[in-house]
Amino acid sequence: MSVVDLSRLQFALTALYHFLFVPLTLGLSVMLASMETVYVITGKPIYKEMVLFWGKLFGINFALGVATGLTMEFEFGTNWSMYSHFVGDVFGTPLAIEGLMAFFMESTFVGLMFFGWDRLSRPAHLAVTYLVALGSNLSALWILIANGFMQDPVGAKFDPVTMRMQFTSIYDLIFSPDAQSKFVHTSIAGFVCAAMLVMGVSAYYLLGRRHREFAARSFRMAALFGVISSLAVITLGDALGRADYLLQSTKIAAIEGLWHTSKPPYEPWKIVALPNDRTQKDLFSIGIPYVLTPLITHTLTQPIPGILELEQKAKPRVAKGIAAVLALKDYATTGDEAALAAFRKNEKDMGYGLLAQRYAPGQDLAKITPAELPGIVERTARATTPNVFVEFWAFRVMMALGFAFLAVFAFGAYYSLRNRLERHPMVMRLAMWAIPLPVLASEFGWIVAENGRQPWTVFGWLPTFQSVSTHSVGYMIFSLVGFVLLYSSFIAAELYLMFRVARIGPGGPAPRPAGAGLAGAGLAGAPGLAEKIWQ
Amino acid sequence: MELYVALKLIWAVLLGVLLTGLGVMVGMDMGVGTLLRFVGRTDDERRAMLNAIGPHWDGNQVWFILGGGAVFAAFPTLYATSFSVFYVVMILLLFSMIVRPLAFEYRSKVPAWRWRETWDWAFLISGAIPMFVFGAAFGNVLEGVAFHFAWDGQYFQDGSFIWYVLNPFAILCGAMSVALSLHQGGAMVMLRTEDPMATRAKRIGSVAGWVAALLFAIGGVWVARMQGYAFTAPVDPGMAATPLHGPAVARQAGAWLANFHAYPEAWAFPAIGLLGMILGPVALRAGRPAIGWWLGALAWVGTIFTVGAAMFPFLMPSTTAPSESLTVWNASGSQYNLTWMLVFALIFTPAVIAYTGWAFRVMRGTVKTDAMTHDDHSY
Repeated sequence: MSVVDLSRLQFALTALYHFLFVPLTLGLSVMLASMETVYVITGKPIYKEMVLFWGKLFGINFALGVATGLTMEFEFGTNWSMYSHFVGDVFGTPLAIEGLMAFFMESTFVGLMFFGWDRLSRPAHLAVTYLVALGSNLSALWILIANGFMQDPVGAKFDPVTMRMQFTSIYDLIFSPDAQSKFVHTSIAGFVCAAMLVMGVSAYYLLGRRHREFAARSFRMAALFGVISSLAVITLGDALGRADYLLQSTKIAAIEGLWHTSKPPYEPWKIVALPNDRTQKDLFSIGIPYVLTPLITHTLTQPIPGILELEQKAKPRVAKGIAAVLALKDYATTGDEAALAAFRKNEKDMGYGLLAQRYAPGQDLAKITPAELPGIVERTARATTPNVFVEFWAFRVMMALGFAFLAVFAFGAYYSLRNRLERHPMVMRLAMWAIPLPVLASEFGWIVAENGRQPWTVFGWLPTFQSVSTHSVGYMIFSLVGFVLLYSSFIAAELYLMFRVARIGPGGPAPRPAGAGLAGAGLAGAPGLAEKIWQ
Repeated sequence: MELYVALKLIWAVLLGVLLTGLGVMVGMDMGVGTLLRFVGRTDDERRAMLNAIGPHWDGNQVWFILGGGAVFAAFPTLYATSFSVFYVVMILLLFSMIVRPLAFEYRSKVPAWRWRETWDWAFLISGAIPMFVFGAAFGNVLEGVAFHFAWDGQYFQDGSFIWYVLNPFAILCGAMSVALSLHQGGAMVMLRTEDPMATRAKRIGSVAGWVAALLFAIGGVWVARMQGYAFTAPVDPGMAATPLHGPAVARQAGAWLANFHAYPEAWAFPAIGLLGMILGPVALRAGRPAIGWWLGALAWVGTIFTVGAAMFPFLMPSTTAPSESLTVWNASGSQYNLTWMLVFALIFTPAVIAYTGWAFRVMRGTVKTDAMTHDDHSY
């Protein structure tokens, strides 16, 4: 594997891993704030117990989110130096603002949330919990604004003197439609993850007939929270899809496995298919007619461009892009104004020229002979399509899971509200089993978003293969092996603690007297149902 | 003065402020982590130490994250180049650092000796190594780093990472950084815990402060004699931010003192630093840890700004292509970006300082073992 592939592998692994913990933080912080609100209003101690117990799970998860987030902040610089140079002026800004405005708030108040119970008045502590929730969700906002720039680079302009995208409009950057629709979709997906965790663990207690009042209240709250947030996440996902239809045609075409431009309104929506990226055909497909057009375009008449047509349309852009990059290089080395003028003519297509470098002899566009040109244009145009198989299936798994959660939450809420939950252990088992699924769906969502962005790091402007640092393979193996070892032991410790705390349940073990040391405080605890089920 | 030049200057100063904040706040927590096994002999002693910084370490760590983010935005080319050039070292820093949040949150959740002992080692590693690397990075940057750029802004490294680890001057800087963190951590342990931890922390922390002073003095002599960098052609501070086609730069012995010769008031920085390092331990020994803490913070201010004053306007000089050295003028963000970042910084920095101060005030006082063992959330 090349340095690019290894760097992509490392980034994908570390980002997916980071994203195992982030959604729970986003959602649980909001749920904790809601529970504590009820506590402050009603004064019932059981709600404080709820905040304390779910807060403990929040803390275990939060630590890992913080730890793996450090990696993300570094990795752009350590592994994607060209990318960082190219977009730092506009992409670094939301990251810096995230630290200053959101992460500082979240991290400072999380300490007070855990340690401040006896030192703050009830309303003050509630305010602190709300600031944690606000901070973590604002943090997601700024990160997704940064990500939105990769998907749809608005608010910046390429500058041939500094050889980078330069920030031109903070308004465009912040209110990028992609960023905004992605933010609401992602943070509410976090609410779904948290609701499922709370509901599932509560179901575990109900099944074991422990902590019944605590669990019944938590269950009901989580189920209602879950119904609302799954409905929202599906609706907002649809909005995000429409944003992508307008901004990232290749992504939408790949998601739907749409090889040819759609024929509205009949065009079927493929439920299952086996898209083959090499032959650019489906091995087979089953679809429902008349669904795709309204689903994507929200009209009955607009066509959706297909992959093959999009590749055809990319070809002239590749040719112009090659001219642009050659002129740019000329300008960069000689400072010749004529070269700059030549670059300006084809500026918009520069990214396609950079992409073509990958197929040029020695990655040098100047060495392309006229005979080679059509072949290189062809290959480059073909490379503008992301992996269709991955995109198609990642999307479908995510969506199917989304509707499944809605069903689980709906059943849970229905039986919980009618106080008939204990007569339906199946619903509770289902809730328990479903705990990891929303997190899984979030991971698939990340794959849809980022695989669908390929072959670009900055959509249409900077190809992934060029974004990478000039490392040796040895460096990459060193860091990859380290990440795999460290992250595996982290997840082992995390799951062990999560299970342990969940098994012990609210209230915790009897506190030991001060100075008693560790003797006698064993690790044992009856192996619980959850553990058996997980095995 | 041109607005763009002013913005570049402001962000260079803010970079110094950020690095100082990082040294003081993260350094303090890492110092406590490093001291943990030496000052805390029993489990309750160690827990008291961890709970002393328990409510604050996470907020403090954001200085580190913000440092990364701000360099990314305000000096994109510096971020892109330095993080990549120091790859192996950066990854080691990262590996040691990411263990720390887990160590805090997980250590005391399981009452088993081996579990806790493992995490206590993690505190030592994740306290000492990052501070060492932080200091060593300054050492390496002062000596210059081997890199050059291609026409499209991609950097290429011309040296091996082995040198960045084995470089004697960098080791000295790394050791000094660890010593400063031990002093700051010692002051915090004295402030927030009772005896016997406070007495042990006093002993180690004060010695560490004096060691830092000694290393700082040696480092100063070293810097005065080493090959520094200087422009040999006129430079336009308002230039477009690109490291290519810049004015010529030469390596000259003693060039890092040029700014001090030109502006003798800059000597105040090393003086402040040295004063903090010498008087901080005195305050600790006199049983005034709060004063010691602030003097330790002053030591960081002096140190970081001494380096800044010596190097200005250089940020990361190149040994192999000196004219492509990264400077405040050629590695910064665009004027529009720096303006908006400044707006955000002006709004949110006072807020951050205010609520951080409030958090410390709420949690003031020493950690009581009894309360600690009865609190579910304590570390």
